[in-house]
Amino acid sequence: MDNIGVIISLILILGGLVTLLIRSLQAREVDRRIIFLFIFLAVAAPILFPMTFKEKATQVVKSVFDKIENLPEGSTVLLSFDFDPAMAPEVQPMANAISRHCFEKGHKIIFMSLWATGQALLSHSLSEFILPGFPEKENLVDYVSIGYKAGNEGVLNVIITDIQKMFPTDVNSVPLDSIPIFDNIESCKDLDFIMSIGGGKPGPKEWVLFVGDPGDVPVGVGVAAVVAPQMYPYYPGQIVGILGGVKGAAEYESELIRVHPRFAEMDTPGLRMMGPQTLAHVVIMAFIVIGNVVFFRGRRREKKE
Amino acid sequence: MKRQIPLFITFFVGTLLIFSVFIPPMETLGENFTLFFDIIAVFAFFLGAGNLVRVHVSKLRKRKADWGFSIVTLIGFGFMLFVGLLKIGNPGGIAADVTAPGSWFQEMFNYVINPLQSTMYALLAFFVASASYRAFRAKNREATILLMAAFVILLGRTPLGMMLTAWIPDSLSIFQIPNMAVWIMNSFNLAGQRAILIGISLGVVAMSLRLILGVERTYLGGDDSG
Amino acid sequence: MKKTTYLLMAVISALFVLSWILKAGSLSGETDNYVIQGFLITFSAFLTLSVLSFLYADNPLYKFAEHLFVGVSAAFWMCMGFWTTIVQNLIPRLSDGLSSFFEVPPQPGDYNFFFFIPVILGILLLMRLSPKGGWISRWPLAFIIGTTAGLNFVRYLRSDFIKQISNTFVPLLGTEWQGIGHFFSNLDLSASGQLVTMAANWVIFLGVFCGLIYFYFSKEHKGAFGAASKVGIWVLMLTFGASFGYTVMGRISLLVGRITFLFRDWLEIIS
Repeated sequence: MDNIGVIISLILILGGLVTLLIRSLQAREVDRRIIFLFIFLAVAAPILFPMTFKEKATQVVKSVFDKIENLPEGSTVLLSFDFDPAMAPEVQPMANAISRHCFEKGHKIIFMSLWATGQALLSHSLSEFILPGFPEKENLVDYVSIGYKAGNEGVLNVIITDIQKMFPTDVNSVPLDSIPIFDNIESCKDLDFIMSIGGGKPGPKEWVLFVGDPGDVPVGVGVAAVVAPQMYPYYPGQIVGILGGVKGAAEYESELIRVHPRFAEMDTPGLRMMGPQTLAHVVIMAFIVIGNVVFFRGRRREKKE
Repeated sequence: MKRQIPLFITFFVGTLLIFSVFIPPMETLGENFTLFFDIIAVFAFFLGAGNLVRVHVSKLRKRKADWGFSIVTLIGFGFMLFVGLLKIGNPGGIAADVTAPGSWFQEMFNYVINPLQSTMYALLAFFVASASYRAFRAKNREATILLMAAFVILLGRTPLGMMLTAWIPDSLSIFQIPNMAVWIMNSFNLAGQRAILIGISLGVVAMSLRLILGVERTYLGGDDSG
Repeated sequence: MKKTTYLLMAVISALFVLSWILKAGSLSGETDNYVIQGFLITFSAFLTLSVLSFLYADNPLYKFAEHLFVGVSAAFWMCMGFWTTIVQNLIPRLSDGLSSFFEVPPQPGDYNFFFFIPVILGILLLMRLSPKGGWISRWPLAFIIGTTAGLNFVRYLRSDFIKQISNTFVPLLGTEWQGIGHFFSNLDLSASGQLVTMAANWVIFLGVFCGLIYFYFSKEHKGAFGAASKVGIWVLMLTFGASFGYTVMGRISLLVGRITFLFRDWLEIIS
């Protein structure tokens, strides 16, 4: 049924693109809403009739995976949710996959956020996606959420030397000095790994500038696709690796399933999203090609005249 | 006085924070000033919210165009403030996480802010598609290079790229689209972004210095009366 | 309002109520709060569709959604700032009474008279709302600007300038030639043979150098300088092309997220 759905959708989209090409060549006006409809179809069809692909992790993603995989059991990882709903579909799958990976390896996780919206998304992620897979994990022992603080990079400037000064309590007003995870953690310099997931300011870049470089702490970044190219100058000297956009999330999920097959049973939104992503990319490339065919035809005609 | 005191504050705080990096005994002072900054940032949120209310109340009073929608803004603002400040429905009470699952505040986030913000940004997918059809032309050599890089990335960052070029033997694997995408990202993109980054950093450093030394004063505004 | 507008509103309201009833019905076996949950999911879908309706044309539904978002977001950030920073970081340092009211545990040595400074500066910042006392809000503004400048000065200089330059000095010639080696391996540039690695290093070194030359406007771009600048443009074009590709990817992901919500959480046509 799914295959038939995929074929029908592909035929519809292909037929539509050919019609678009013909109309464009005839120099007839194409309403922008037709273009919008194409994109909607290209995204909706693979969601209705899922197309699944295998992914292979690139080195920038694999370095983050290997870092978490090779940390000794009981290491402390800080995971910062520095994003809002506008980035969430891209980066939340990464955050979930990395949290699961850390739990699977027996690491302790400190969750925090530099964005107010990040704390709300973190709360949602923890209760809906992360903790249901790990019912044995105990709050304050295996993980803790210290939440959000206002002040952007100002927050980082304090926690690089003293976490408790900036975060006297966790989100539920439990003093940090009574939380077992913080027994040997005074500042960010005592952490084994930091993963910042975001895409705006403050976000991964600020973690590199204010914590990673001055504190010599390994920092990995998971970023929205728009920001991903801007993070490459920091790799590999200043950051461990980069998860860029939904593709980065899909690669991480595929690596997680490859090494820990039990995660195949869990939801993998990154991998699931690659179907619609692929078709939409093809349609956008087709738009560029059609636009250019019409442009060059027009230019040649102008030259002749 | 109206200008001298702010200029002194900027100079004092800026210099102190720079020195606190290099002089360990000043570290605590630097932390405290940063904490002050974080607290003032919250007052900036209050200022933003206050300004929003002022603008919409004024719009409502003067019955300006679309004044009816200002009521929506004010009701939304008031309701969210009410459920947030009083932690209505929070299962853990006053000391618990303000975003605890089940609290009204968190439900408002999940079912109002989340869909609204993500859909507003999702609209951009449609506009990017429309721009690709109407504006993305290989008019000259530079634009063609840009277009080719975009195509390699668009294909290389999807499974389709590998499917199309999987037949290329390993000895020539550099011509497989995903590998070309990796190559572009790790060398050309890295170089270009680094050149931009170095330029921006020089700009930030120069601007910071201008601000601290009081050369740059535009943030003080031109009108002394306020 | 026109008669058709009333009719349209009636139809939308009827569809909303119908969706609410159906959604509540489908949730009735799963949760006790199925009526409220049904309403929330329907309202969420209504807001999603209201924003998407902008694609057809600007309309009152979109304006409703837009205005609601502005109001709710402002209050959200305000509440978050209040509970996470004012209550947890400021109040324990200023007042024991308020600390116990908000059930924030007092910390030994917390009380610090100096924390009245940000309170005073914060109140001065709020003076901006007053028509006559706005000038005094320059003091906290100066504090914010000074802090940002002080924080950024050293960090940008270290991470985005010095480290970037030092990272650009990569080995351009291997000391010992070990053959061409792999062209690529496992989507990993660093796992390639010596030829590809060296070529990549050359691209990085020359790319940064030529890119910087392009941004140098104090000398006319002619001769060798002009040629380097031209190479710089090409490198930058490749960079922007990559950025465009990634931007498309990002925007599509957001749309996938919303359509998935509509199909799965609201309409339940996919699992």
